[in-house]
Amino acid sequence: MLDDVAIRVRQNVGIVTAVLLFAVLYVLYNLSHPKGFSSAVLVQNSDEIFALAMLAMAQTVPVLASGLDLSVGAVMTMVGCFASYLLTGTAAGAPLHLDIFGLHIGLGTFPGGVSGILLGIVVCLAIGALAGFINGCVVVYGRIQPIIATLATGAVYIGIALFLRPTPGGKIDEDLNWALTNSLGDFAATVHIFDDGAAGWFAPLAWIPVPFVLLILIALVVWVPFRRSVLGRAVYAVGSAEGAAYMSGLPIDRAKIAAFTLAGFFAGCGGLFLAIQTSSGNADIPQAGAYTLNSIASVVIGGTSLLGGTGSAIGSIFGAMILRVISFFFRIFDIAPLLQPLFEGVILLAAVSIGALGVLRVKNTLELFR
Amino acid sequence: MNSASLSLSRDDRPILIAALFILVILVAGTVYTFARFGSAPLLSPTYLLQQLQIGAFLGIVAAGMMIVILIAQIDLSVPWTLAAAAMMATSIGGPLAIPVGLGIGLLVGLVNGIGVAYLRVPSMIFTLGVNAVMRGLMVAHTGGYAPQTAATDLMRTLAADRTLGIPNALFVWAAVSVLVAVMLQRTALGRYIYAIGNKEAAAYLAGVDTRRVTVICFMICGVAAALAGVLLAGYSTKAYQGMGDAYLLPSIAAVVIGGTNILGGRGRYLGTLIGVVLIVLLNSVLSIMEMPEAGRQVIYGLVIIFMLLVYGRGERVTS
Repeated sequence: MLDDVAIRVRQNVGIVTAVLLFAVLYVLYNLSHPKGFSSAVLVQNSDEIFALAMLAMAQTVPVLASGLDLSVGAVMTMVGCFASYLLTGTAAGAPLHLDIFGLHIGLGTFPGGVSGILLGIVVCLAIGALAGFINGCVVVYGRIQPIIATLATGAVYIGIALFLRPTPGGKIDEDLNWALTNSLGDFAATVHIFDDGAAGWFAPLAWIPVPFVLLILIALVVWVPFRRSVLGRAVYAVGSAEGAAYMSGLPIDRAKIAAFTLAGFFAGCGGLFLAIQTSSGNADIPQAGAYTLNSIASVVIGGTSLLGGTGSAIGSIFGAMILRVISFFFRIFDIAPLLQPLFEGVILLAAVSIGALGVLRVKNTLELFR
Repeated sequence: MNSASLSLSRDDRPILIAALFILVILVAGTVYTFARFGSAPLLSPTYLLQQLQIGAFLGIVAAGMMIVILIAQIDLSVPWTLAAAAMMATSIGGPLAIPVGLGIGLLVGLVNGIGVAYLRVPSMIFTLGVNAVMRGLMVAHTGGYAPQTAATDLMRTLAADRTLGIPNALFVWAAVSVLVAVMLQRTALGRYIYAIGNKEAAAYLAGVDTRRVTVICFMICGVAAALAGVLLAGYSTKAYQGMGDAYLLPSIAAVVIGGTNILGGRGRYLGTLIGVVLIVLLNSVLSIMEMPEAGRQVIYGLVIIFMLLVYGRGERVTS
């Protein structure tokens, strides 16, 4: 039994380290925060973490299949811009039109009200998944290296986002914003369930932040079943040895397309939340780039190998949370804003370098060149 | 497939197609301007030289990036290496400005190389971290504002002035190009670079100190980015925040469009040169068309995909 645990820990040393590091950092953060261990702090933190955690999950899936997705930030931005048109929540619905080459084309009215919002969410997530599906097709059928293919499609998606929102703007339903970025109690009160959140049995749960619940839900409902499916296993197999996976008759092409589609879906979730959180759509190119790069950093810190084949999206969530908690510390310890980028960089470098110290133990130099 | 493309080697085909595509861009752009304004600025040498002068900075960055891509790595620290070199060069000033700027590039390259070659951290993540550190250092140094210091006269001469009607920046780009091309084709280091890109373990067993070569490659890339930074500061008379951000992805795109394999080991310098010219011309045609940023991004992405679909397709993994 103990042997079994030891083996499992050794196999997952990356993710275990990430979880422990996050736990230590987060407890320290709450201890030094004047309002530490309170629902308010937790809600604020999970709001700030959610989008990056989604992008980290998005990045993980292609990385597991040893492909990098440089378009996750662009997909996030594009979906956010779509959301700022589709989730206005006005009762009469939102009239949509397309202005292109001087033409004004009416596209009908997008339904309003609650059903309109639900439909809008579904459409936004579908757009994200579609963007990922296109990435997958370009990689698989175009046989273009993922890193360069997604670089190119990312430019296209950013272009579409800029076309939709040349300047930041749009509007998101205020109730939706309030319900999703606060605690479960506020959520229940907004959507009028459980006696507006006042039900006795509900009280012990009311402090939990909604984004936190959403994160766990998405991980459990989407990621875990995918990982256990044939396609999910094929993704891992492609990442560790594509030739061997082919010889074993695994559906390589479908696995790769699924990996990128899932990445698009997760990135869409992140973009949708970011739009809801900021109540607007913003085609911010530097922000998209920063999210893409931070998603790669989260994946590595979360114990997934960039070579593919080992790791997990759960680890990447912890990687993203570690990155964010580090920036929370800047607020607590009142580090000059000018020094913050430097600290972020040094910590990232230190983390990956310490993780790489294993090379000192390698006895056969040839083992380095994999 | 016709006989002409059969007789071309695998490395030459992309270069030829990219060159043809440049012609297509020129013709399409000229037809557009002729129909709309009744003039053909794209065919005037003055205009082309001016565009190439701006392209020289991208060309120098791409030359360094190509070396790193050839050994199957990537350098994401280019944006802030470029900016840091420019900022330090302008703030030091005097005759030491350019050596200090280039020294920054060498130093960043050395750190990148040690991290990638000796610590074996994937270059994707290590250079990303170094980029963040350089950004942090520069933000702390400048206070987050545009530095007030100005470029030295020599920097301005090199980047903005002309000799015999030809921009000096083009001479610098040409010199860098000759150096890189000769190094790749005619020196042992060049052979090592291709060997490492194909299979590092094999190169190591053949007696190449692959880790030292990797460090050298990153130093070359760093110094190229620094040179571009120094020149760009000279061109715009000062350094500014985020001046390198616009060079990372286009430089990678130029290298890949030029037929260099992103997985390393294959590609000719001439291709990178053509790739840079293609991107520069595409940009200038789009600005003549007054294409909004949205359309530019979409066309930019589609062109990369189209070019790679024509000649950059990988082989199926079947064993």
